[in-house]
Amino acid sequence: MNNEHRPYTLIAELTYRCPLRCPYCSNPRDFAKHENEIDTDTWLRVFHEAEALGVVQLNLTGGEPLLRDDLEPLIEGAGKLDLYTNLITSGIPLTFERLSRLRSLGLDNVQVSIQSTRSSLSDRIAGAPSFSRKLDAMHWVTSLGLPLTINVVLHRENISEIEELIDLAERVSADRLELANTQYLGWALKNRAALLPTREQIERARTVAAEAKARLCGQMEVLFVTPDYYSEYPKSCMEGWGRRFIVVNPEGLALPCHLAHTIPGLRFEHVTQRRLADIWHHSAGFNRFRGEDWLPDPCRTCDRRTIDFGGCRCQTFHVMGDAGMTDPACSLAPGHGHIESARTQASRTTGTSVRFDYRTARGYASR
Amino acid sequence: MTLTTVRPQLSPKVRLRFDRQTGRHLLLYPETGLELNDTATAIARLCTGEWTIDGMVDHLTRAYDNVSPDEIRREVCRFLDVLADRGLLQRLS
Ligand code: SF4
Ligand code: SF4
Repeated sequence: MNNEHRPYTLIAELTYRCPLRCPYCSNPRDFAKHENEIDTDTWLRVFHEAEALGVVQLNLTGGEPLLRDDLEPLIEGAGKLDLYTNLITSGIPLTFERLSRLRSLGLDNVQVSIQSTRSSLSDRIAGAPSFSRKLDAMHWVTSLGLPLTINVVLHRENISEIEELIDLAERVSADRLELANTQYLGWALKNRAALLPTREQIERARTVAAEAKARLCGQMEVLFVTPDYYSEYPKSCMEGWGRRFIVVNPEGLALPCHLAHTIPGLRFEHVTQRRLADIWHHSAGFNRFRGEDWLPDPCRTCDRRTIDFGGCRCQTFHVMGDAGMTDPACSLAPGHGHIESARTQASRTTGTSVRFDYRTARGYASR
Repeated sequence: MTLTTVRPQLSPKVRLRFDRQTGRHLLLYPETGLELNDTATAIARLCTGEWTIDGMVDHLTRAYDNVSPDEIRREVCRFLDVLADRGLLQRLS
């Protein structure tokens, strides 16, 4: 078995449906066109095939996975395969009874996302009243003895709350706090002017997060994900294309990352038509950006090519119009000027709040 | 983690799982995991809350008779530190 390409994690996007409307949602912009969801038996078979391929972690996500009424059999099935099962949820709609049922069926970890520590801002970002129900959900998780991860997508409207976010996570006894700066793809790219923080905001947040990480070591894990718009080099997106992760979307399309199918010209396949192992090893889409042969200049000769694999293919496509180039977030990339001008724009518009284009099913209308 | 009276116990969020792909064990926890070698697996199995560190060292010295007790003690402490830093041990109350 070639360990270079071994999936450890299956990201099961059970549905694109969601009661919230976050302006940075990682679902594709045309999610509403894809409402045919694969059924329970297909998912169970996918879990089985994924486990045989080496997957040990299962992320049940969406959209909002709680909207699937077959979560119970799915979690039970994952438990039988000894997968470590993470439920990634907005916390809505959840009840204590359902959560405790899911726990008894083998759920291992729950990740709840919050938008802010202030209910008015949280509800504004989520595009729907939701904050108090999220608090309830977090309490239920810990009261059932399940580990709680809190995930916060950071952007210019909430990044100054970093102390309060850490405080809240400590108060609810979270096990892990992910302070993840927005990835500017899909909806977030559309809302970039309203979301991108300034360098000063990032630096301050980074310092506060580093202090908290040291102080809470061994008690609560604090993870700060730097935005690559303010890094010298890009992140190793998904730890490399088709290396460690398989995403299966609500329709059953198997992908190397959430948005890979938004890159034109790549061929991806459905789990209903081909075995997952065949897709993983042999499909054109998964093989397209593996290895080093495809690498453009300057990555081809750069020492970091085994660390970041040339960055994010989706970001490169959505900013540059060509997925095969060096990620523009890299300071060595020919397209880096695009990122620099977004940063300049962010520093000019400090203090002004820009209107969000919420995730919506209707065309790309804003409200 | 050098106290001789503590009895380390894995946090409930941690699961030890055999990995058919490599023949080794994985210690899984939210979002990620650690690949363990044989010694680490043996130590992890003793993190039940019943063993003191001295007890672990004694036990492992008997199991690995080609390794010195000092070396085993170093291994145990090193691995327990890794676990503690990642929050994978029950907090001492
Ligand atoms: S980012 Fe917001 S809108 Fe998108 S799936 Fe998550 S909770 Fe729903
Ligand atoms: S040139 Fe390519 S490999 Fe080098 S740091 Fe930039 S993106 Fe990474």
